[in-house]
Amino acid sequence: MSENVLKVENVTMQFGGVVAVDSMNLEVNVGEIISLIGPNGAGKTTAFNVITGVYPPTNGVVYFEDQKIVENYPHGKMRKLYKTENNGAYTHVIEPTPDKITRMGVARTFQNIRLWSSQTVFENILIAKHCRVTAGLLSATFRMNKLEERRQWEECDELLRILGLEGVRDELAISLPYGQQRRVEIARALATQPKLLLLDEPAAGMNPQETQELTAFIGRIRTDFKLTVFIIEHHMDLVMDISDRIYVLDFGKLIASGTPAKVQNNQRVIDAYLGVSEDA
Amino acid sequence: MKTNRIPQSFKIAGAFLLLLAVVLMLDNVPGISVMLLIVLRKGAIYALVAVSMNLLNGFTGLFSLGQAGFMLLGAYTYAILTIPVGNQALVYQRYPNGGIGFSVTESLGRVLGQQPGLLLGVIICLILGGIVAGLFAYLIGLPVLRLKSDYLAIATLGFAEIIRAVVQYEKLGPITNGSNLLSNFTNFSNFHLGSLKLDTVMPFVFAGVCIWVITLIINSTYGRAFKAIRDDEVAAEAMGINLANHKRMSFIISSFFAGISGAMLAMYQASVQATIFKAAMTYEILLIVVLGGIGSISGSIIAAFLFVGSSEWWLRFLDNTTVLPNFNAKLLLAIIFAAVVVGVVSLVAYKQNKAQKGRSAAVGRGRKLLALKPSGVITIVVGALVLLGDLLFLISPDLQLPLLRSGFRMVVFSVVVMMVVLFFSRGLMGDKELPDLFRTRHKRL
Amino acid sequence: MSRILPYLLGGISVGGQYALIAIGYTMVYGILRLINFAHGDIFTAAGFFMVYATASLPLYLSIPLVILLTIFMGVLVERAAYKPLRSAPRMSVMISAIGVSYLLQNVMWYITGGLAKRYPVIPWISDSVTVLGYTTKRVTIITPFLTVILVIALVILIKKTKIGMAMRAASRDFETAQLMGIKIDNVISFTFVVGSALAAVGSMLYFSNYATVTPVVGAMPGLKAFVAAVFGGIGSIPGAVLGGFIIGISETLIKGAGLTTFSDAVTFALLIIILVVKPTGLFGEKPTQKV
Repeated sequence: MSENVLKVENVTMQFGGVVAVDSMNLEVNVGEIISLIGPNGAGKTTAFNVITGVYPPTNGVVYFEDQKIVENYPHGKMRKLYKTENNGAYTHVIEPTPDKITRMGVARTFQNIRLWSSQTVFENILIAKHCRVTAGLLSATFRMNKLEERRQWEECDELLRILGLEGVRDELAISLPYGQQRRVEIARALATQPKLLLLDEPAAGMNPQETQELTAFIGRIRTDFKLTVFIIEHHMDLVMDISDRIYVLDFGKLIASGTPAKVQNNQRVIDAYLGVSEDA
Repeated sequence: MKTNRIPQSFKIAGAFLLLLAVVLMLDNVPGISVMLLIVLRKGAIYALVAVSMNLLNGFTGLFSLGQAGFMLLGAYTYAILTIPVGNQALVYQRYPNGGIGFSVTESLGRVLGQQPGLLLGVIICLILGGIVAGLFAYLIGLPVLRLKSDYLAIATLGFAEIIRAVVQYEKLGPITNGSNLLSNFTNFSNFHLGSLKLDTVMPFVFAGVCIWVITLIINSTYGRAFKAIRDDEVAAEAMGINLANHKRMSFIISSFFAGISGAMLAMYQASVQATIFKAAMTYEILLIVVLGGIGSISGSIIAAFLFVGSSEWWLRFLDNTTVLPNFNAKLLLAIIFAAVVVGVVSLVAYKQNKAQKGRSAAVGRGRKLLALKPSGVITIVVGALVLLGDLLFLISPDLQLPLLRSGFRMVVFSVVVMMVVLFFSRGLMGDKELPDLFRTRHKRL
Repeated sequence: MSRILPYLLGGISVGGQYALIAIGYTMVYGILRLINFAHGDIFTAAGFFMVYATASLPLYLSIPLVILLTIFMGVLVERAAYKPLRSAPRMSVMISAIGVSYLLQNVMWYITGGLAKRYPVIPWISDSVTVLGYTTKRVTIITPFLTVILVIALVILIKKTKIGMAMRAASRDFETAQLMGIKIDNVISFTFVVGSALAAVGSMLYFSNYATVTPVVGAMPGLKAFVAAVFGGIGSIPGAVLGGFIIGISETLIKGAGLTTFSDAVTFALLIIILVVKPTGLFGEKPTQKV
């Protein structure tokens, strides 16, 4: 059994003539916490979307636990428009829907919180467990799956406790303050029983104290849930604190990777974030 | 943690049984208005269609306008299967050797005795009607369910029209009787329990059972998945819910029950003809769902009865040319009418004035004497014109009420519907259920 | 050829009428993302307006009056039933459109007492002419030309005038257009003005061919015109026109082949085929959704 949980190989994402992600290569191994950082618009969320199956890549492959889960190559309209490298390296098309990838064990949160507006906090988390339900429509309808239901309810309550949300269990999820909503999103993703957790800007909108709590929390769930975590983030304290390795994206291309210390001192990274002055 | 309270489901079941007892009594006590019974029967049937449409539109967020087509399929399936063999030659006059050559209810009646056989046969045929509708839903859903909401609406509408045309096709006449109507099949009046008539109880029982099943589905994990798809399907997909499968599931379930309700409509009308299952019928169901509240089952049920009651019974008087007995009656009516108009207009103007002034005060602007939006001005103008009309009527020699003639009922009704759509878009119940009204605010799972 | 000719001519004629109605649908959808279900009923109302107008006025006055009344009705519907729901979810507005359609049909039924009315004969366009050995009404020949002229005028309006540019901006990105200072209410009203005017013209051509006017007579042509708009690419005016002609011709040919019951069904079958194969229609483009 290899150590590798996620491998992104030569993934390019092109929208029409715009290259959003350019021949990206990265690896995430078991139990690691990896961060993907870069200026706004660098293509980070697009990368997430490719990994989770929301967009099929224009070119490239994604492996999960050494299995190919996504593959594509430029064909049709894209054949003429394709701009970057590795054209011709791949020949198959594997385009699973996002739910399939989630069921394999990859869960994610969203940059803009997407909780279900008519449901309570508890229900939001419970619904995420639906993909693990073994009962069919008929047995669920006529309540023949009471055991499974009860077990799932208990698991949800447990998740609420771990995330400190028991107090708001029956509140409408979207009525909560922003920080709590983020926690609900994380709980929801955890409810799908993932092996790999993708967090898209989990600390957005949090104050320094909340960010510290989140940092500790991510470390804890890595151990408690035996997770591998892949984070997109802008809060550098969180990133530098918790990451085993960091990848830096700028204009769709990876410009640096390595341990936090290495990346922090990388000139290209500094330039990308601070901008290069014209008459330097 | 368990208290001694009676579970809610038992309470609802009890209430329903009580309702059935009342309806049974109404069926069999002499002197009950026929209109009431008609409204109850048709209301029960429409309640089921409305709930089935709400499942699809309100709970899963799929805007489909194909309901009438599925009702048609259910109705035809049911009728074709239950016409007694002896009557088939008569019904299928235009098509020699038409009809299927047997009747489910008749055959079962021979085996099990007339009433039990009839009942079992009817239940089987209703379910078969639903299955046929569900089957078509599966086929139609394959290409159509991934379309965006407006396109889905038009595509399903289109399919319903196609089904309606195909059923009337001459070549299919031997089975469907082409564009002629089907009749003489088993209907609600064929049932009796001893000497008790069951004409109205039966549709209630069938509709009640079906609605109960739909409620079970909605409150199950699958129902929650449907709601997730409605609220945010991108998130639903990310959380492992396969959109295509679940949308198809919801579509098939909804159509299954629409098929059953179509079959029940056939039983109620004792005849089936493709021309009544037009797009207009789907629009009426949609309006019922909106009136009751998209996302509320009890709302759909209540609205169905209100709708049928208004259009079949209570508003009928608006269609009749009415002649008042004498001048005093006319005076009284004119005064009451004027009072109502003045009251309504003043209320609207007052509320708008208050709101506008509040807004101006918040911004710090000066106070005008009468601050109104254009719609408020229009309301006053229209009110004045209506009052003028009232006055003119009063001084004219006519004793016949103006406006009241055939078709006015539907006009008034359509206006009421528009009012609801524009000003009470959450409908009667919003997305709450009847039991929620008797409980404290928080929903507890 | 001579056997198909009458059907082809008929098809082009009715196709042009569908095209004129379809333009109304496609323009409104382009900006408001709304299927104006009531558009078919506005078309019917135009027919009734003409019937009642010609009862007391001469033709040369009735025609402009009818156009004006139809425009007034279209704008009234927009202001009363669609504007208040502009920020509501899409389903609500569509339900409102269905409600308006329901209301209009019932009002028309009430006013006419359910009796069909005979459309007045408009001289010159109702005259018989002979084309390639086949006799038909002049309206059949005029319709396609008139349609093309009106469409060209419309396209010029959209491409070269300020209001046209505003309409294009609004259909690209509604909110940003508002932020950029475009008076969105006026743009929308103008859209309905144009759509209703074209529907009125279409009604004059249509009812010169099928002279019976009933409250529900506009429902089917309206629906088919919408199919035409989708077929051609919703939001695209040339698409709506092309779609109109294609639908009109196929429908007439099917009728000619003797399968009249299926003529409506075929139109819907075409709709479903295009929705499945190329949902954006012949000339439409597909926007990508940002997640």
